[in-house]
Amino acid sequence: MKSIIHQLDKAFENRIRLGLMSILSVNDWVEFNELKTLLEVTDGNLASHISALDKKGFIETRKRFVGKKPNTTFRITDDGREAFSNHINALEMLLKGAI
Amino acid sequence: MEENQATLDTLKDIKSLMERSSRFISLSGLSGVFSGTLALIGAYLAHWKTNQGPWIQRAQDTDFGTGEIVSIDWSVVWFLSIDALLVFILSMFVGYYFSRQKALRKGQPLWGTYSKQFLINLSLPLVTGGIFCMILFYHGLIGLIAPASLVFYGLALLNGGKFSFEEISYLGMSEIALGLAGLVFKGQGLLFWAIGFGVLHIVYGILMYIRHDR
Repeated sequence: MKSIIHQLDKAFENRIRLGLMSILSVNDWVEFNELKTLLEVTDGNLASHISALDKKGFIETRKRFVGKKPNTTFRITDDGREAFSNHINALEMLLKGAI
Repeated sequence: MEENQATLDTLKDIKSLMERSSRFISLSGLSGVFSGTLALIGAYLAHWKTNQGPWIQRAQDTDFGTGEIVSIDWSVVWFLSIDALLVFILSMFVGYYFSRQKALRKGQPLWGTYSKQFLINLSLPLVTGGIFCMILFYHGLIGLIAPASLVFYGLALLNGGKFSFEEISYLGMSEIALGLAGLVFKGQGLLFWAIGFGVLHIVYGILMYIRHDR
């Protein structure tokens, strides 16, 4: 039991971070505003969770201009995908162990 | 016990977010390459059939293929229609097949909310374009059909593109530009059609395969 809990990644303990990883895991580049709408969070809140995951190397950021508007998009990295899938597996094991 | 419920809720949250947000990223670049090849074969067959001799006679001769029709060889019309229809149906089949393969290989869902949005947004301009082209034929404006189909196909891709890879939108813009150019240059409809549906599909298909499929 202890080993499973050990596998749960601290980086994903927050609901919004898990949500972020869920969305990015099934998409290519996703825009900031789209993430905001899907997760129903404020700009500041989302930005802080994004930078935390970025620091861990789980997601990558791309900033560029579309016409004159700045456009920031995010994508999951291979490390992030692996960490996220391990985390989900651990969650599932936890549930199975409990039933 | 409460903790289990929380874990279960978390997993449900994750599943629902994935379903609600998933773009149609299973679209495979290989389907572009194969449907492009099919289009080139179809265009070659059309070129071969229409060059076997005069099949349409007009009151005045215009390069554009828009003059009033005096007589028309219906066997050629049927050949071209069946040719185009076969290219369309086989391309659909190829697109479905390779996208399904990719989804299975990558463990991605083939069918999400955004996949549906992609297809709905794609079909509306496409069906409009199809009817538009039939009306062009009805009025005898045969030379305008190929470039018009490029323009409508481009609009369809541009419309659906926001629910899939960004390359789809760029492909859409290229098709529109090519279609408009085809409307300007007289009598080159089939050539522009072959470039748009053949060459561009192959080029973008390879690009998408390199970027997203491997």
